[in-house]
Formats: sequence, C-alpha cells, structure tokens
Amino acid sequence: MAHRLWRWVADHWVLVIGLLVLAYLFVPIGVVAAMSFRESGHNAPYTLQNYHFTLRNWAHPFGAGGIQDAFLLSIGIAALSTVGATILGTLMSFALARHTFRGRSATNALIFLPMATPEIVMGSSLLALFVAAGVPLGFWTIVIAHIMFCLSFVVVTVKARLAGLDPRLQEAAMDLYADERQTFLRVTLPLVMPGIVAAALLSFSLSFDDFIVTNFNSGSLVTFPMYIWGAAQRGIPPQINVIGTAMFAISFLLVLAGQLRSLRRRSA
Amino acid sequence: MSALGHLGTGSVASATPSDQPVAGGRRRRWVPYVLLLPGILWLLLFFAIPCLELLATSLYDPSGSLETGYAMTWHFANYSDAVREYAGHFGRSIGYAALTTLITLLIGYPLAYAIALKGGRWKNLMLVGVIAPFFTSFLIRTLAWKVILSDDGPVVSTLNALHVPLPDGRLLATGPAVIAGLVYNFLPFMVLPLYASLEKLDPRLLEAAGDLYARPVSRFFRVALPLSMPGVVAGTLLTFIPAAGDYINAQLLGTTRQYMIGNVIESKFLKVGDYPGAAALSFALMAAILVLVLVYVRRAGTEEVL
Repeated sequence: MAHRLWRWVADHWVLVIGLLVLAYLFVPIGVVAAMSFRESGHNAPYTLQNYHFTLRNWAHPFGAGGIQDAFLLSIGIAALSTVGATILGTLMSFALARHTFRGRSATNALIFLPMATPEIVMGSSLLALFVAAGVPLGFWTIVIAHIMFCLSFVVVTVKARLAGLDPRLQEAAMDLYADERQTFLRVTLPLVMPGIVAAALLSFSLSFDDFIVTNFNSGSLVTFPMYIWGAAQRGIPPQINVIGTAMFAISFLLVLAGQLRSLRRRSA
Repeated sequence: MSALGHLGTGSVASATPSDQPVAGGRRRRWVPYVLLLPGILWLLLFFAIPCLELLATSLYDPSGSLETGYAMTWHFANYSDAVREYAGHFGRSIGYAALTTLITLLIGYPLAYAIALKGGRWKNLMLVGVIAPFFTSFLIRTLAWKVILSDDGPVVSTLNALHVPLPDGRLLATGPAVIAGLVYNFLPFMVLPLYASLEKLDPRLLEAAGDLYARPVSRFFRVALPLSMPGVVAGTLLTFIPAAGDYINAQLLGTTRQYMIGNVIESKFLKVGDYPGAAALSFALMAAILVLVLVYVRRAGTEEVL
C-alpha cells in the first residue's frame, strides 16, 4: 500500500507540490474558523493557546460594538461602486473591442496605469485632490475612489470576453434579418454576460476588501476593513472571525455548487 | 465559471490579443467616443489629475501646513531629503518585494502548472481554490498569520523542536514574518496569470519534445518555461508592484525595524501631516518601481531564459 502510494507520488510530483501549495493557501482560513469558535473574554490574547470551544460568538455575529455599522457600510459602498464601475467599464470595453478610433493607445495607457500604481500612491493623491478642492471626506469620496480603481479591472475582464467572441455568431444573426438592436440584445449581450458578471463580482470583492485607498479618503467613516484594522490595534473581537468565516463559507459553497453543476452537466 | 479564467488574463499580458477590433461594417464615427467618455472622464478626474496634483505637492515648500497653506517653490530638495532620510525603508521595500516575487514564482509555478496541465476535470475546482482565500478579508487572513507565527504558535514550536536556530528565538516581528505575509497575500496574483499562459500551452508540444528525446528537465526549461514567459512577466509585475507599496504586512507582522516605505508615506500623510514630504516619497517610490519594471520587461522580452 505504502509502496503504491510512493509510486503515485513519484509519478505525479508536480500535482503533489501544486496541491500542497493549494493547501497552504487555506491554512489561515482554518485558523480564522478556529478562532471564531474560541471562547474569549474581553481583551483576551489573540492566540490558539488555552483554546475553549464555544458557539456563543456565532449566536451573536454582530455582538461587538460598531461591527454591524461597519459591515453594512462596506456592503453599501461595494454595491454602489460595483454598479458604477461595471457600467462605465463595460461601455469602455465595447468601444475598445469593437471600434477603431484615434487615441486608442492613450486610452489603453490610461486604463492600464491605475493597475500598475501602488494603492498608497492612488489613495494619497486622491486625498491631496479632495483636500485641495475642499471636498469633505466621507461616503461619496470612498465611492468615487472605489469606482476609479475597479474600473480598469472591469475593462480588462469584459474586453477579454469580447475578444473571445466568434464574430460569425453576430454575422449569422444579421444574415437572419436581425437588426442591429436585436443582434446586440439577443446575441452579443447574452454572450458577453459571463464576462460582465465576473467583472462585477471582482469589483465587489475589490471594493469590499479595500483598506489602503479607503483609509486615505474615508474621513471619520469606518468601513469593515478599517474596523478590523482598528481592532488589530486594540484587541480583536471574535465576531470578526465569525464574519470572516461566514463570508468565506457562503461564497465558497455558492461557487462550489456552480462548479459541481457544470461538472455534472459536462459528464452527462 | 469560465469567468475565472479572465481574472488571470487580466492586466499586463492581456492587451495584445484583444487589441484587434472586430470588423463590424460601417459604423458612426462618434459612437466609440460616446462609449468611452464617462470612463475616461472618471479616470482623468480621479486618477490622472490627482497624480499630477500629488506631483505638484511634492515640490511645495515643506515649511507650510494644511492650515496655513503651501507655497509652490519648486522645492526639489524634498526628493533628495526623502531619499536620503528613508534610504533604509526604500531598500527594505524593494528587497522585501523582490524576495516576495521570487518566492511566489517558485511556489506558484508548480501550482499553476499542475492546474493547467495536470488538473483534468478538476481544473476549475482547483482554480476556485486559488481564488477562495479572497472570499475573506485580507486583513483577517493577515491577522491569522499573526496567530500562526506567534511565539507560542505551531511554526515556532516545530522549528524549535527541529533545533532550527531563529534570530532572537522568534518569527513574529521579524523580516521573514513580513515576507511570509507578503508571499501569502500576493500568491494568487502570481498564480492566475501563470495559469492563463500555461493553459494556452499545447501539451502536444511537450510530447513532441519528449519524442525527440528531450529529457524532462530540458523539456521544461526549453519548451514550457519560454512559452509561459508572458505569464511570468505579468505575474511578476502584479506581485512586485503592490508588494513594494504595501505597509499592512510590515505593520501587522513586523515592528518599526521592518517598516517599509509605505509605512512612512502613510504616517506622513495621515499622522504627521507633512504633505510635501509624503508626496515626494510617493513619487520616488513610483519612479523606482517604474525604472525596475522597464529594465525587467526589456530583459525578459529580449533575452532568452537560460
């Protein structure tokens, strides 16, 4: 048995290393999950020593002061930023993928640069602008900043999908007497949709998880990542780990369900 | 879930294939401009102009303050002061980011290779695994590393049991801890572009090399690796650039002795209020990154690897 196991490992060593690296990516998630079930008094040290299991944290996921406001604020900001960035970015990617026009390389550069700029430079330069223009920092300055840095990722994602489309599908629709509007609504848009959905999901998670740019442009507002940052200086309430674990579990199960469904459909 | 693939093709390497516009008959000339206008305005207003504003700020007279206002004196000494005073922080930022990039490449390549060429029907599921850690906040994950690397945590006790000597007998609050955090946080940024370019690799090329008596090692270095260079370049940039500007890992997993240039910029902007100095540091960082990236892209683009 052990002999055969070794043979398999020797034959598939690249796969084995890959799986080990994959497992490594999940180590901190396991720690977060474990910490979410840890009984801890106020200001208990943040370690796995003296571990006592409890379900109390899960019964009151928003039990720590201010955590609910921060969480809901981040959801709101992420939703608005996602809508804004997805609309602006999708329009831009259609122009880039389907039209020839002057200033194309300058446009590409303008889209690429924000992705190549460290977040701290983007965040601080926006702060300098808002301060110089006398714009009060708060909800809208955060949304403006988030739309800005999500935009490039939306363009890249949707453009990739558009580039992969077979132009013959649209030609076929036109040959079958669909006018331009019908071709767009019934053929092009449905085909591009997976790209747009992926871009929106990416925007949402970029926005929801952003700390650096937000920290510069939030004024006195506290988003969820900023709440965690503050807690890291004072003492981390276990509810942070509860929410972290729940977020992971819910999104992972959703994606897994989608995967298994498509896996079964393919083999059927 | 074909959407997942796009994440990897993102940014740097993606520009080329999609640059050919689809021929779509005669169209009204103004249409692309209307489509582009809102997005371009947004990027100009909230990215390009602020960057220029920051550039101007970096040349202000440093003796001003937010209350009294700043005078534009073309004070280039802001730059020499910043670089001289924080040379150590600059060195650490570049050094930590370079090490991080190297380590993520070394452990990310086998993972990307395994997914792209050995994954079979589990390919998409493994890709989900690469992205899954993003489903929780990166701050929460970094705090988890604090637990793992702590003095009474599992890693330190294992190393102690194996009699591996540690500097000061600990891991947390050292350079290696900061690098470990950076490696963990940026690994997916390396794996996804690597996967995207390895996925396009035709396995028959590897078989052909084998048929021509190439041994596995030379098959890898002379076929697979050169063909995946676009992914290597894209992954390197996506890892190196944000890692060089990061200050979260240094703050949570290190001490002031591990602080990187990002920590200095953050505190100058948000705590000290020295805007000209902070702006000069930001642009010095941008310039350093830009020079390194240009040199790297040119070398990777023209010279054969090995």
